[in-house]
Amino acid sequence: METRGDFEVQLEGMREYYRGGNTRGASWRKSQLRGLGRLLEEREAEMNAALEFDLGKHPVESYRDEIGSLIKSVNYALGCLKGWMSAEKAKLPLAAVLTTAEIIPEPLGLVLIISSWNFPFGLSLEPLIGALAAGNVVVLKPSEVAPRCSSLLANVLPAYLDPKAVKVVEGGPTISEQLVQQKWDKILFTGSARVGRMVMAAAANHLTPVTLELGGKCPAVLDSLSNSWVREVAVQRILGSKFSACAGQACIAIDYVLVETKFSSTLLELMKAWISKMLGENPRESRSMARIVNKNHFFRLKTLLEDPNVKASIVYGGSMDENSLFIEPTILLDPPLESGLMQDEIFGPLLPIITLKKIEDSINFINSRPKPLAIYVFTHNDSLRKRMVAETSSGSVTFNDAMVQYVADTLPFGGIGESGMGNYHGKFSFDTFSHHKAVVRRSFLVDFWFRFPPWNDHKLQLFRSMYLFDYLGVLLTVLGLKKSKQD
Amino acid sequence: MAGEDKKQQPFDSKAASSLVAELRGAFASGTTRSYQWRESQLRGLLRMTDEHEQDIVAALRSDLGKPELESVLYEAAMLRNSCKFALKELQRWMMPEKVKTSLTTFPSSAEIVSEPLGVVLIISAWNYPYLLSLDPVVGAIAAGNAVVLKPSEIAPATSALLAKLLGEYMDSSSIRVVEGAVPETTALLEQKWDKIFYTGNGRVGRIVMAAAAKHLTPVVLELGGKSPVVVDSGINLQIACRRIIVGKWGNNNGQACIASDYIITTKDLNELETFYGKNPLESKDLSRIVNSDHFTRLTKLLDEDKVSKKVVYGGERDPTKLQIAPTILLDVPRDSLIMNEEIFGPLLPILTVDKLEESFDIINSGAKPLAAYIFTNDKKLKEHFVNNVSAGGLVVNDTTVHLAVHALPFGGVGESGIGAYHGKFSFDAFSHKKAVVYRSFMGDAAIRYPPYTNGKLRLMKALLGGSILGILRALFGRS
Repeated sequence: METRGDFEVQLEGMREYYRGGNTRGASWRKSQLRGLGRLLEEREAEMNAALEFDLGKHPVESYRDEIGSLIKSVNYALGCLKGWMSAEKAKLPLAAVLTTAEIIPEPLGLVLIISSWNFPFGLSLEPLIGALAAGNVVVLKPSEVAPRCSSLLANVLPAYLDPKAVKVVEGGPTISEQLVQQKWDKILFTGSARVGRMVMAAAANHLTPVTLELGGKCPAVLDSLSNSWVREVAVQRILGSKFSACAGQACIAIDYVLVETKFSSTLLELMKAWISKMLGENPRESRSMARIVNKNHFFRLKTLLEDPNVKASIVYGGSMDENSLFIEPTILLDPPLESGLMQDEIFGPLLPIITLKKIEDSINFINSRPKPLAIYVFTHNDSLRKRMVAETSSGSVTFNDAMVQYVADTLPFGGIGESGMGNYHGKFSFDTFSHHKAVVRRSFLVDFWFRFPPWNDHKLQLFRSMYLFDYLGVLLTVLGLKKSKQD
Repeated sequence: MAGEDKKQQPFDSKAASSLVAELRGAFASGTTRSYQWRESQLRGLLRMTDEHEQDIVAALRSDLGKPELESVLYEAAMLRNSCKFALKELQRWMMPEKVKTSLTTFPSSAEIVSEPLGVVLIISAWNYPYLLSLDPVVGAIAAGNAVVLKPSEIAPATSALLAKLLGEYMDSSSIRVVEGAVPETTALLEQKWDKIFYTGNGRVGRIVMAAAAKHLTPVVLELGGKSPVVVDSGINLQIACRRIIVGKWGNNNGQACIASDYIITTKDLNELETFYGKNPLESKDLSRIVNSDHFTRLTKLLDEDKVSKKVVYGGERDPTKLQIAPTILLDVPRDSLIMNEEIFGPLLPILTVDKLEESFDIINSGAKPLAAYIFTNDKKLKEHFVNNVSAGGLVVNDTTVHLAVHALPFGGVGESGIGAYHGKFSFDAFSHKKAVVYRSFMGDAAIRYPPYTNGKLRLMKALLGGSILGILRALFGRS
C-alpha cells in the first residue's frame, strides 16, 4: 500500500516526464494508441472473462458495448490525430496587415481519469484514448466495484503503454478522495452526481477544469406508431436498451417509458412477447442478461420494489435471486411518481411505464425533472420531433432508437445540469484534454503610430474609423480631410 | 425594478433566490430563445453604448482616472465591435451543425444543436468595468439566456451606470443587474445557476468554483497571472519598446490581466520618457491606481528591502491622487514579492539572463499565465516559444493585441483560468451543445440483441470494424 508521500513523488515524476516533452510528438501519441489497439485485440479473452466475473456479461455484449466500441475509437483517433494536432488558422480583418493568428492545441499536462464499474473498460479507456491523443500523462483510477476488470487494467496497461506516462491506481473511495486532493491539470470523472459534486469541489482548490459524466433518469417517449412492424422494432430497441446493456445499469439506459394510456396494453403485450424472444423463458440461464454488480446495488433495487404501491404496479417479472445477484426483467405500470423508483436513477432491470393522456404531455413531464443524459423519442410525427428538440434539454436526443449515440464519433457525449458538464468521444475527447492556445504573430514592419500616447483628438478619430473597419475614414483622417467628432 | 430596490432592502439569500426564480420563469416562457429577442437585446446594447459614450467615459474617469482615449478604445469600441460581430453572425451560430454519421449507426443522420443554458450569472471586474461586464453579456444574450450581471463595486460609478442603463435599454424580465459587494455576491453564489462567468483573481475564482460545485454549475473563470515578455536582441528595439510600453502603461496603467507583467531579456530598455513627458504623475494619459488598497499593495511591492534599490526609472508616487509613475526595476530577486504575485500596476521589473532560452524555464517554472509575449526575429526561437510556453494566449512581436481578434478564444489555462470567450467562443461558452440523432426504423441489426450467438459476434466485429468486405464475409458465415 503506497503512502501519500510515495504517491506524490510518483506524480512529480510523471510531471517531470511530461515537462521533458516526451509525450508531445505525434509518434509517441500514435504508439500509445496502437498499444491500446493491440491490447484490445490480444487481451479480448481476458477482458471478456473479467467482465463475466464482475458483471455476468456475455462476450457479445462485452464486444458490442466495450471492446468493439474501443477498437473503433482507437482507429478513429489514429486516423484523425494529425488533423486534430494541427493548428487552426483564425480569420483576421484586413486591417491586420502582416499579422497571422491561429489556435494551437496543446496538452494540459497531468490528468486524472476516474472510471465507473458498469462499463469498466469502456469508461476507462475511451477517455484514455483522448488524453493520450492530446499528449498528456495520465493517472487512471478504475472502479473497485468491478475488481477483476480493475486489476486486469492495472496489470496489463503497463505492458502496452508507456509506463512513465500512464499509471493505474486501484482502490476504493479513500484512494479516490486522496487522488482528487492532488493538483491535476484536468479531471474526467464518470459516476454519480453526488460524487461528482465532491470531485468538482476538490478540483476548485486547484482551479482544475473538470468533465463530469454523470447520470439521471433517461426517458423514452413512445408515440403511436403507424404499423405493427415499426412498433416491434421500437419495442425491441427499448427492451434492448433496458435489459441487455448491463441489465439496465447504464447511464444512458432507458430509465422509464412514457406512452399514451390507450396504447399501454398493446405495449405491454409486445414487451412480454419480445422479452421471451430475446432473453428466453429463463433469462438467468440464457446468459443474455448481466447480473446486478453487487449486494449493495441488489438491495438498493430490491428496496425500490418493496414500496407496497410500487409492488402493486408490477405487471411482469419481479423475481430476484440474492445468491446469483439476478433480477429478472421487470415491468411496472404507473408506479407512484413520488416513489423512490420514480425519483432516483433506477440503474437496474426495472422498467416503469408511465401513461399520459396525450403524448405531448411528455414534454412537461420531462421538463419538471432534472435534465437527463439522454432523451429517446419514438415517433413519426415531425412536429413532435421539433418540439422535443426545441423544448426539452438533455445531453442528447435520439429519435427512434436508444443508446446508439454512444458509438457516434462525431457527436459530443456528455450531460447538462445534473447529468454532467463537458463532453467527450471522437474529437471532443481530444479537445477535452487540450488547451486551445491563441497565437498571434506580428511583424515589426507595420504599425499604427496612433496606437501610442500622447493622446489627442486626431488619434481618437483614427481609432474610431479603425474599429469600424472604415478604411476610407482612416485615409481621410490621415489626409486631414475628415475632422474628429466632438460629442 | 432593476437596481433601485437594493437601496431599500439588503440583497440577501432570499432576494437572490427570488430573483433567480423570477428569471427562471422568464426563461421557461421561451422569451429569450427567439432570434428576434436576441437581436433586439444586442441592438439595445449597441444603442446604449453609442448614446451614452460620454457618460461611460465620465464614469471610467471617476472610477479609474482612465484617459478618454482608453475608455473609448478599449471599452466602448471593443464592446461595440463585439455586439456588431454577434449581430452579423448570430443566425449562423444559432443553426444546428450537421455531422457525418458512420456505419455504426447506419442509417441515421445527426446534428449538434446549440441551446441556451438557462439563467446565467456574470461577475465582472473593476479594471475594464464596462467591457468586462458587457462582453460576456453579449455572449449570454446571443446564446439565448437570461442574465444576472454583478458589476464590481470597486468601480462604483460604472456599476451604477450599468444598473441604470441596462434597466432602461434591456428587457428587464430577463436581464438584471445586482450591485453590491461581498454579501451580495455571496447571496448570488448560493443560488443554482446554469452557468457562472467570473472575471477576477484566482483566490475568488476558487470560491466561485467551489460554490458552483454544490449545484454542478459549469464555470468560466477569466483570471490572471504574470504575463512575461521575452525580449531578444537583433530586433527593432524602438518598435518593440513602444509596443511594450503601450501594452503596459497604456492599458489602465498596468492594471490589466494581459498587461506585460515583467520582462526577461539580455538587454535593457529606455523609451519611456518620450511618451509620458518629463512629469508622468501629471500626465492625463495615465489611469490612476483604482483605490487605496491597491495603492498600498503596489507601494509595498516597491518598498520591499531587496527591491527598493533596483528602481532604475520612475518610482514616484502621490498617495493623495492615488498615482504611481511608470516605474522600471532591474534584476529584482526571484523570491521578492514583486516577482511572486501578479503586479497589476505600473511597475515593470526586468530580469536579465545569460541565454534567452533560460527565459522559457523561468516562465514554465511558474503558474501558467494568461498571456506571454516574445519579441524576436529568430525563427527558431519563435517556434520554440510557441511550442513550449503554455499560456492562455501568445503574441509574437507585440503585446495584448490578441484580445481584439474575434476569431481567437480568449481565456486562461491552469491558474490563469478555465474556459474562453470572444466571438463565437462567447456564444459557445453560454450554450449547451446537444447531440441529436435521427434514426430510421429500417436497418435494424438483430445482431444487437439477445439471444447472443457467435454468428452475431462475428458480424458485430465486422460492423464495428467498418469494412464492407468484412461484413459480407460475416453475413455469409465465413470469417
